[in-house]
Amino acid sequence: MSQPIESSLPNRNRRRWLFDSGCLAAAGLIGLTRKSQAAGGKLRVGMTPAFLHDQHSMLGEWRAFMAASLQRPVEFVQRDSYRETMDLLRLEKLEFAWICDYPYLHLKDTVRLLAVPLYQGRPHYRSYLIVRKGDTRTRSIADLSDGVFAYADPYSNTGYLSPRYEIRQLGHDPAGFFRKTFFTWSHRKVVEAVASGLAQGGAVDSYIWDTLAYVEPALTARTRVVWRSPEYGFPPFVAHRSVASADFQLMQRHLLDTSRSEAGRRLLGLLHLDGFTIGSPALYEGVARMMRSFGEA
Amino acid sequence: MRWLFNLSFRHKIPLWTSFLISVSIFVVGAALMTRAYQDMKTAVVISAGNLAHTLANTLAPALLHDNVWRAFEIARSPIRAESAKTPVAVDAVVVLGRDRRIFVSSDPDTLPMLADAATLGPDWLQLSERLATPSEETWPLVLEPQDSGYLYLVLPITDKDAQLGHLVLRYAKSVFHPWFIDTIWQGLGIGLLVLAVLIPINWYWGSRMATPLVDLAQRMGMMLKSVPEPLPPDLYPYHDELGQLFAAYDRMVLALRDKAALENEMVKSERLAAIGQLTAGIAHEINNPLAGLMTTVDTLKLRRNLDPRALRQLELIDRGLMQIRDTVAALLVQTKVQARPLNPHDLEDVHTLIQPQIGKRRIQLDWSAAMPAELPAPASLVRQILINLLLNAIQAAAEGGHVSLWLGRKAESASCLSIEVRNDGTLLGDEQLAHLFEPFASTRPGGHGLGLWVTYQIVTQLEGRITARNVDGQVEFVVNLPLGESPCSTASP
Repeated sequence: MSQPIESSLPNRNRRRWLFDSGCLAAAGLIGLTRKSQAAGGKLRVGMTPAFLHDQHSMLGEWRAFMAASLQRPVEFVQRDSYRETMDLLRLEKLEFAWICDYPYLHLKDTVRLLAVPLYQGRPHYRSYLIVRKGDTRTRSIADLSDGVFAYADPYSNTGYLSPRYEIRQLGHDPAGFFRKTFFTWSHRKVVEAVASGLAQGGAVDSYIWDTLAYVEPALTARTRVVWRSPEYGFPPFVAHRSVASADFQLMQRHLLDTSRSEAGRRLLGLLHLDGFTIGSPALYEGVARMMRSFGEA
Repeated sequence: MRWLFNLSFRHKIPLWTSFLISVSIFVVGAALMTRAYQDMKTAVVISAGNLAHTLANTLAPALLHDNVWRAFEIARSPIRAESAKTPVAVDAVVVLGRDRRIFVSSDPDTLPMLADAATLGPDWLQLSERLATPSEETWPLVLEPQDSGYLYLVLPITDKDAQLGHLVLRYAKSVFHPWFIDTIWQGLGIGLLVLAVLIPINWYWGSRMATPLVDLAQRMGMMLKSVPEPLPPDLYPYHDELGQLFAAYDRMVLALRDKAALENEMVKSERLAAIGQLTAGIAHEINNPLAGLMTTVDTLKLRRNLDPRALRQLELIDRGLMQIRDTVAALLVQTKVQARPLNPHDLEDVHTLIQPQIGKRRIQLDWSAAMPAELPAPASLVRQILINLLLNAIQAAAEGGHVSLWLGRKAESASCLSIEVRNDGTLLGDEQLAHLFEPFASTRPGGHGLGLWVTYQIVTQLEGRITARNVDGQVEFVVNLPLGESPCSTASP
């Protein structure tokens, strides 16, 4: 899962960016252009389970599109847990990353908000509480107290923080509320765990569940959404604070302009997104409040 | 049941052998099937063992770190789609914790997480109890609970020395069945094919053996009533015990026929001898007074004063007495006369004597007589035999028919004079043959029935032999007369 997507690219593209980077390097030497200031270095973008990150062909296409648009070599670095991507950001092994809002708040001293995807036209999403299709008894998370519950990731807002907050709002201690809990390390696998009956309930990202309902309707058809959380700020693209402002702006501009090109719109279609907006940290106030209630941040 | 054993060999041999062939095929087939079933089970256990070792190793870290999802993914990995069921396809993978509760299973619907194995039904209760009692198990442990449709294979999951739990693989026996039934159908097909080949061969062989036996039994059954026919020579041309039996039967039939023929001949000879004695006695009794009567009549005829009417009556009496004398003389064959030997002139005389009869009936005569200058046979008696037989043949032959004579000595019996006379008239019936040589036995209108009687008497008194038979569409009389002291061989002509 962690291998760079770059290696699977067609040679044509590779030759093209080698040629491009060669030109850029030459230009940089004589100090003529703005791009030269970025030293023509490779841009590493961390991809997390904040979206359906196992659609490899789509990722390849996106990376090529990004590299062509930025005229820079781009590497997508995939990790299966937020924690690993967060570590890579801390270690400055990534320039950019698409992470969940919860890690973003954890890392707000390390990263800057770059852009927020627009889902259904707005930079918001929710947490879904899902149960098995056949379970018609469950009305809220309180009905699942004697069951097995599947969380997505300990650094997922919708897959961990939000349901635990809800439990706490209901007056219970989330630590001992369920009979047993486990992490699947991906929203998709939460859906699988609930669909297969391994867990009686699960918390999942609304964006991912909705996308899955479109991409793999047979899977989501075996689950039922019981409860929808309030809206939270959508998982943002972030940049490490050490990223040069030129690169920051280059990437920000690229993201914001995605919906302006045909290829970009096609990609957004694959991602089930509408575009990107600059966003603001205030979007994530709701998450921050929940974190504070657990004594984090 | 007894009727089964009373059946004809024609049915019994094929039935029994078919039954035995079927039983053999069934028994061998059943043994192979059982073996195939055991092999299949062994294959399942071996394959399950390999799978269990691999799974247990990869599951250990997941179990150690309480990584439910990872363990679930591993447990689910060997489960195939419904369509690809094979006997070695595992039905369910279950990971039991140290507390024998389900840590994770490939089928959470029926084997949910955290459920105590002992509560999941009799199979699992038995399995749980087995795992609860610490004993020197040899791993993997194979469990096949009674009245259960499943086979279980258990392997401990360990990390270093620590036992983290148990891995249980469940195999549905019902998956074996279609495969096993396939094997059965194949076996059955081959068995039927073998039967289809063997049964007709067996029926052919059985009937080949039974038909002569049945035939033999039928003929033996008729033996008391009459002498049966011999078996057809190509019925069973082999020399095993059956062949020997049939050959012995044939020899017996031939011996019986000879015996019957001999008995027949003896009865005939005895009857003829008795008739001969009787007629000789009567003839003597008649001859003595007859001689007196004839002398008296002669004397009376010599008287001079006889009126013509009395003379006529005396002559009538005389002729009557003469007829009686002739008849009696014919009955009383006397051979004890000194006779000269036979010479070719005698044969010529006979030839000449029968010419008028030949001419009258336009008979073609085939005369073949190999005659030396002289033969030590009584000439007058041989002449009488020849004349009797030839006249008889000429009368018997159809108008314009054939009569043949052969006279001579046969190579195999040089001390015998053989006479063979044939005619192409009506063949003799059995009844005629039986009474042919008796006096007054003639069936021919006008015949007095003494010719053959006389001939028979002469031949018998000369210690010869006379036979009559139908041969090649002709009636044949054969006479063998001894020349000299030694008797003729009695071999049948």
